[in-house]
Amino acid sequence: MAHLDFEKPLVELESRIRELRSAADGDAAIDAQIAELEARASTLQQDLLGDLGVWEKVQLSRHPERPYFLDYLERIFDDVLELHGDRVFGDDPAVVAGFARLDGESVCVVGHQKGRTTKQKQHRNFGMAHPEGYRKAQRVMELAARYGRPVLTFIDTPGAYPGLGAEERGQSEAIGASILAMAELPVPVIATVIGEGGSGGALALGVAERVLMLQYATYSVITPEGCASILWRDGARGPEAAQQLRLLAADAERLGIVDKVVSEPVGGAHRDPGDAARRLGAALRRELGELRSWSVSDRLDRRYARFRGIGQHA
Amino acid sequence: MDRVSKNPPTVEAAEKKTLGRGVFRRCDNCGETLKAREFTDNLEVCPACGHHFRLSAEGWVEILLDPGSFEEHDATLASADPLGFVDSKPYPERVRASRRKSGVDDAFLAGSGRLLGRPVQLGVFIYRFMGGSMGSVVGEKITRMFERATERGEPAILLSASGGARMQEGALSLMQMAKSVAALGRLRRAGLPFVSVLLNPTTGGVAASFAFLGDVNLAEPRALIGFAGPRVIEQTIRQKLPEGFQRAEFLLEHGMIDRIAPRPEMRATIARALGHLLD
Ligand SMILES: [Zn+2]
Repeated sequence: MAHLDFEKPLVELESRIRELRSAADGDAAIDAQIAELEARASTLQQDLLGDLGVWEKVQLSRHPERPYFLDYLERIFDDVLELHGDRVFGDDPAVVAGFARLDGESVCVVGHQKGRTTKQKQHRNFGMAHPEGYRKAQRVMELAARYGRPVLTFIDTPGAYPGLGAEERGQSEAIGASILAMAELPVPVIATVIGEGGSGGALALGVAERVLMLQYATYSVITPEGCASILWRDGARGPEAAQQLRLLAADAERLGIVDKVVSEPVGGAHRDPGDAARRLGAALRRELGELRSWSVSDRLDRRYARFRGIGQHA
Repeated sequence: MDRVSKNPPTVEAAEKKTLGRGVFRRCDNCGETLKAREFTDNLEVCPACGHHFRLSAEGWVEILLDPGSFEEHDATLASADPLGFVDSKPYPERVRASRRKSGVDDAFLAGSGRLLGRPVQLGVFIYRFMGGSMGSVVGEKITRMFERATERGEPAILLSASGGARMQEGALSLMQMAKSVAALGRLRRAGLPFVSVLLNPTTGGVAASFAFLGDVNLAEPRALIGFAGPRVIEQTIRQKLPEGFQRAEFLLEHGMIDRIAPRPEMRATIARALGHLLD
């Protein structure tokens, strides 16, 4: 299991416990040793993970073992039917879109997808979408609207991909058009930031009447590294920039950027993906239950008002 | 409160910054030295090579709208410091310095006016104020501009010149993209046109929100337009970008804009587009 530096002592202790357990075989002395180590692990967990700094939380949002969109999709939903392609240029694996059932009811699901192995990471382009990814998302969301299906989006991207092809095929237009399409969807829309909410590429899937955010997710106008390289011409000063950007879930809630923060298991979603999925599933069911009762005009007005009120000026 | 400007700035007054002090001026593009007056009379376009130098927001108002018809709105909206952002200096200090230097309160000029007789809502980015970056104030002014156009049944014309979202207001800046685009959605629902003009440069969060969503997208010759800045792309792909990449001509070729309009033709081009959609 991949882990972050600050998790190392705990991960090592837990692996020793697992080894002892497999060797114990009813040996009372070893059982006692396990119990002692478990107590230590519990204290260590509190010490290491109970009160994390900004940069540790940013690292958790990008943790190599953090559950991605497809992990939640598999755990929360049934009958997942992925739909491919933008009908114009191609299919972008950095965005997954389709339909799935939540307690038997069909809903539209759209999200960024990162890869875990080196090969998957390349295939998914590290969750950095091209224009065709956003155009696929828009196509499937508008399809959902025609059949009255609610739309649930899952945001997890460092940002839209900055490359030659992306520029040639209209990255800006694709993002802008997706934002506009979401603002106009007549069906319930819930967006959840599950990992990295990286700038315009994140917002392209983020226009909803309810925006949720996992406890250790981030939502930011620019990556801390990008911010540092602009401010100080030194991308290595990302941790300092992260302090300034107020990109944590609690910040986003305070600034009115997200409506609710969904708590994660101690130490982050990767430490218990099943539990993380249960919490997210419960939050989505609760919100969707409420949103379904709104009329279309009420829904459009409320979605508009939600974003209309964001910003601070004198 | 809306503020009516009693003395609309002239192109000349607004252009003092870019014109320099002397009687003569050398074109940075072709090297030709001409009378400064010739640049001014030619709307900041080099008379020798046709290079388009930046025209101020006030200058654009002057050349697009009927004389004396401009009435500025929301001029006094001023940014707050929601993040307590400090880089080499605190954000409020940076804003104050930019105000002193630019003579405006933030990076957007909005107002009502007439374009060849037709009432319109016009908005122009003020690039000299923090690179035209979009924070809460700019987002609010653009949103109000679209709302005003919708209420009054007038077309909206927006000239973008911006490096993108304003970093110092964090995700609040990002959200201005959604806020302004949602307001544009309402203008569309009301059946009213939006003409988007992309000036040099239009990148980042401004490009990736309303700038490409015009019913008609126009651009100035050679304007740099793109999602990511050229430096970021070069760092990502680790190769030099081809000549002309992300220039207006490149975007026209790739189907992203409707037309390139040289500055002297911009007003007529906008008017004709509106005419086709409305008359
Ligand atoms: Zn010249």
